[in-house]
Amino acid sequence: MSHNKMLQGITEILREYKSADDLEVTEETTFESLSLDSLDTVELVMMVEEKFSVTIEMAKGIKAVADLMSAIEKAE
Amino acid sequence: MKILGTGAGLPARRVYNSELAAFLDTSDEWIVSHTGIQTRYVCVEESLTDLAEAAGRQALRNAGWTAKDMDLLIAATISGDYITPSLACRVAERLGAVCPAFDVNAACSGFIYALEAADAFMAAGKAENILILACEEMSKHVDWTDRSICPLFGDGAGAVAVSCGGALRYMHLTAAGNTAPLKMRAPRGNSPFQPDVPQEDKFIRMSGQEVFKFAVQSIEKEVGLALAALSLAPEDVHLYLLHQANLRIIESARQKLKLSADKFPTNIERHGNMSSAAIPILLNEMLEAGKVAEGDILLMSAFGAGMTTGTCVWYWES
Repeated sequence: MSHNKMLQGITEILREYKSADDLEVTEETTFESLSLDSLDTVELVMMVEEKFSVTIEMAKGIKAVADLMSAIEKAE
Repeated sequence: MKILGTGAGLPARRVYNSELAAFLDTSDEWIVSHTGIQTRYVCVEESLTDLAEAAGRQALRNAGWTAKDMDLLIAATISGDYITPSLACRVAERLGAVCPAFDVNAACSGFIYALEAADAFMAAGKAENILILACEEMSKHVDWTDRSICPLFGDGAGAVAVSCGGALRYMHLTAAGNTAPLKMRAPRGNSPFQPDVPQEDKFIRMSGQEVFKFAVQSIEKEVGLALAALSLAPEDVHLYLLHQANLRIIESARQKLKLSADKFPTNIERHGNMSSAAIPILLNEMLEAGKVAEGDILLMSAFGAGMTTGTCVWYWES
């Protein structure tokens, strides 16, 4: 899957989760900067799994959009 | 099977988040926002047998039984006062019961596993009146220097007196064969042929994110299976009595089912996570508050170390 498609999908998930249609998301965006904690991260991972039909192993290192994209690539 | 009486036993000492913040790098705000927990009860003078006995006596009283009426006593626990004898035998001794008694360990799913065992004894014609205890002294298992673990748990005992009947309509147990995310080693002796176990292995160890993910996914899946098996819509269930591990897990389940909060009673705010004792204590609270009426549909679902799950549905008969 292309980086752009992944980023677009993750952006849609974050906008839905934060209920913010105009949320700007880049690969560098950290979850902490969006006031999302470790359990929010798990919810995001589950939404990503559903959207991209992958299974992601939970790891403490998932702290930013780029980490989530790496996890999707690894799971594919 | 049906439930004729319930009971609960709690320690006298209630511990507030602010007390934990006095010796841990945490705060009331952090604990509440991450877990929903405001207080928990912790054993000081009491033993787990004391709590279990109190819960058991109340359940017997509410069922109109004496100890001699019991055919079987099952205790779900991971924290009995002794490795042997079982907690069930300790309580049987206190109650003056003469029936068979044994413990079940399925961690936080233990109460549902014990219900299934009781139902199987009844189906086999081997028992009619069974006392089930679900009791935990989690405060002796947590590392009180670990801010990610010790605020989560509390001590307590629940009990139900069950007998033959048609109230239990659905039961499903699972064990995923995945023991890494949540575990605690058993204490070791002093064998000269084995090295000492490191001190840190004495406590509960948990990968919070993995357990959270398992919990959210398993509740969604198991509730879906239960509803489908009974041809029920989510709103047909009067009360969802879910394992009380984290308010955010319960809220996640509620949002997915698109139901109002009054269908998801909680006691984690006051009790923390009491492992197997959480659901029977919550049931006892609901009955004492008059929140359960004849014919109401109650769905119980728990998840725990193993990783295990247990889910059952009752059409309430008193």
